[in-house]
Amino acid sequence: MSKWKALEKMTYIHQEITRVDGAAKVSGKAEYTYDIQRQGMLYGRILRSPHPHAKVLNVDTSKVETLHGVKAVLGKIKDEVYFVGDDVAAVAAESEAIAEYALTLFKVDYEVLPFTVREQEAKEEDTPKVFSGRDNNLGQVRENSEGDVEKGFAEADAIIERTYHLNVQVHTPLESHGCVCEWRGDDLYMWDSTQGVHGTRSGMARALEMPENQIHVITHHMGGGFGSKFGPKSYNIHCADLAKKAGAPVKLMLNREEEMLAVGNRPSSFQTIKMGAKKDGTLTAFQMDSFGTGGVSGGAGVPQPYIYSFPHWKTRHVDVHINAGPSTPMRAPGHPQANFAMESAMDELAEKLGIDPLNFRLQNDPNQARQQEFKIGAEKFGWNRRKPSGSQKGHLVRGFGVGAGRWGGGGNKRTQAIATIYPDGKADVKIGTQDIGVGTWTIVASVLAEELEIDLADVKPLIGESDYPWAPNSGGSQTAASVTPTVKLAAEKVKSALIQVVADEYGIPAEQITYRKKTFTISGKGETLTWKQACSLLDGKPVSEMAQWQEGLSDSGTAGCQFAEVEVDTETGKVKVLRMVAVQDCGLVVNLLTAKSQVNGAIIGEVGYTLLENRLLDADTGIMPNADLENYKIPGALEMPEFDVSFFDEHERGVIGLGEPPAIPGVGAIANAVSNAIGTRLYELPITPDKVLMAIETRKEG
Amino acid sequence: MSEDKNHDGLSRRRFMKGIGGGVVGTAVLTSVRRGKAAEKYGIVIGPEKAKITLTVNGTQKTLEIDPRMTLLDVLRNRLSFTGTKQVCNKGQCGACTVILDGRTVLACSMLAIDADGTSIETIEGLADGDTLHPIQEQFIKNDALQCGFCTPGFIMSGVVLLRHNPSPTMDEIKEAVSGNLCRCGTYPHIFKAIDDAAKAMKKGG
Repeated sequence: MSKWKALEKMTYIHQEITRVDGAAKVSGKAEYTYDIQRQGMLYGRILRSPHPHAKVLNVDTSKVETLHGVKAVLGKIKDEVYFVGDDVAAVAAESEAIAEYALTLFKVDYEVLPFTVREQEAKEEDTPKVFSGRDNNLGQVRENSEGDVEKGFAEADAIIERTYHLNVQVHTPLESHGCVCEWRGDDLYMWDSTQGVHGTRSGMARALEMPENQIHVITHHMGGGFGSKFGPKSYNIHCADLAKKAGAPVKLMLNREEEMLAVGNRPSSFQTIKMGAKKDGTLTAFQMDSFGTGGVSGGAGVPQPYIYSFPHWKTRHVDVHINAGPSTPMRAPGHPQANFAMESAMDELAEKLGIDPLNFRLQNDPNQARQQEFKIGAEKFGWNRRKPSGSQKGHLVRGFGVGAGRWGGGGNKRTQAIATIYPDGKADVKIGTQDIGVGTWTIVASVLAEELEIDLADVKPLIGESDYPWAPNSGGSQTAASVTPTVKLAAEKVKSALIQVVADEYGIPAEQITYRKKTFTISGKGETLTWKQACSLLDGKPVSEMAQWQEGLSDSGTAGCQFAEVEVDTETGKVKVLRMVAVQDCGLVVNLLTAKSQVNGAIIGEVGYTLLENRLLDADTGIMPNADLENYKIPGALEMPEFDVSFFDEHERGVIGLGEPPAIPGVGAIANAVSNAIGTRLYELPITPDKVLMAIETRKEG
Repeated sequence: MSEDKNHDGLSRRRFMKGIGGGVVGTAVLTSVRRGKAAEKYGIVIGPEKAKITLTVNGTQKTLEIDPRMTLLDVLRNRLSFTGTKQVCNKGQCGACTVILDGRTVLACSMLAIDADGTSIETIEGLADGDTLHPIQEQFIKNDALQCGFCTPGFIMSGVVLLRHNPSPTMDEIKEAVSGNLCRCGTYPHIFKAIDDAAKAMKKGG
């Protein structure tokens, strides 16, 4: 079985290697989907429903078609629309301005239907139905349990019962969803801002009823996805249809409002939790009744009981539909929601029992890695300086909080790669993965260079095209664990093939040749060949080998914890996160530089989710009043805390993904730090100044 | 820019009145004059084209544009400077930051005709051949980018900061890029990259 080298022997893996696409990205040369320009390219736009629920009776396109510059029109895409922003029709024109104007010339007859955008109301019987013809707005009820909760609660000395509420978060990648479609004969070439070139290719083939080998999806650089961009989506299909109809390439990029409305979000969550523990700090029982909304889709479930061990537990969850855009996975789906509720409940129960919150966690967390991480983090953070909740005077008060997370990840066994060595000594590897901003270009190049023991400058990663060998969608934190073993295996095979060429040249068995750092040594003969000399033996014909993922170089399952210190202004209610300490395991860290960026970014996402982000929906109209980057707040430069990120060393486990694991623990940690500062709890995210002031006021009165 | 500056006979005052002060929108289109093309095709959008001259990254470009085009639209779609990114198109995110006559502007929130006669620097013009600007170098070195979509905007903000303030404090760096949004969450590395670039530039010069 193949193994990674010892850490001290590595040159490119487990180092701070700067991105191989860095120069392209800092000089504006990196071409994103948004930047693609093709000869005679048109601009597509989608007409979107202004109503949260309506029947589309008729779409009159006659005026649109007379507009100078309009080249293709798609009338009436569907019979019923279910949310503000749902697709109604589409158009392609010579300029974006003409396409935009053309949208005003569609004449649509709607039969407006009753709607609901409040999940608390939508779950009741006498509310309007999101989907006509259905009896209710509920998904399937999911129940799980272990042990006997009644017995568990009977054993408890302290019990809390609370409802935790998390609002909808929107992914907000800076590059919106969008694509450029170009037909060449019967083949469709599609540049798409996607997290999966292969998934999008096969999905498009199904949607368009086309052979898979006639669809080519290209994503060389993409401006963020966070789980929202698993294609294909309806815009891809409309764009392909428009391009076919117009007989010209079409670019269809969503604008910011469409991005906020129609292509994904993190579902809301309402978790009513009852939790008990004994005086000595042993957890005895957990019970949860939860619901949440993913708009017209589901996905609002939460993996409770999260992290901590309960001998008796019972959960019940139901998804509630409302007339809002569909949810999609978002960075560790369900986990931050579970983390906020669980970590809040843990702190409140610890307080009730008079136990230090960290000790309470150590006592009830069965994960050995996290046991150590908690201790490392507490030491770095200075947890022992934590003050009792609400004990500080003055208008600026500080608080400490802690939270934990877990994630699966792991490699996809179907991943394949083709590595090639060329006669001039260069090498490349083709693998149909994509870089969504996490540094996949760089780790692919690093693994190839490491295995062939040649310079990074002499290898070329070839990714981001569905014509390359299959690799999974970049989701579920599986990219690194799928891609790096496969590239290594392909490199090993092609290296062996080159050794065989050398062996044939000398007429000896390959076993008599050793290769180390650009030098082939012919045993017994005392002769050596340089890498270049060996490659020149290829006689003009590159040598290629394909490999498939194997076990042994990667693993799944991660643990992490984060500590937060916040400052709360009790006069304005504003919360500032001062510093975050993160301890995270992810097995063998492939790139120490980009890994740190990923953890920083995950923490910043937690700051946004905990303190700022909230998709609003107006109950009277169903519209999202904050569908832009000014009113939907994401973290900016002035919200940044200090960061202290460290990796818990478990390199012997092999490569494990890192995209999602660190996006979880800080949510509960920050919320708990706020409670520690002000001496009262907040049960709803985001923790905005109004809620903080209300909580302080209520505490004073209470 | 003065109110009555001419753009091929179309005064800015008259033009702005015509479009109701907006950049592009449906209100614009109802009050648009109809010309020969209108007779031929029925509906035409936009008043007549305007000729503008921009100096982009040191090269003078004269072009005829629809006067409703934003500077961003012209840079990206007419002149192919696609390094300047379009994200919110409303002046909320800083991704389209370019340098116009030495100061940062949001190219999405400025009409191209208002940039007539100005000198513009975009991300493509920062490097000297293959030699990157120190900020660009430090962005790579510090991994001050992930997806990279916000990167050009941040770099342009940083460049202008260091021109005016070669030794910024960390707070001044944060303030200078506070109009730029990053969703991958690269801020701490961005701050450090700009700080390191300031130090490198002082050493170098």
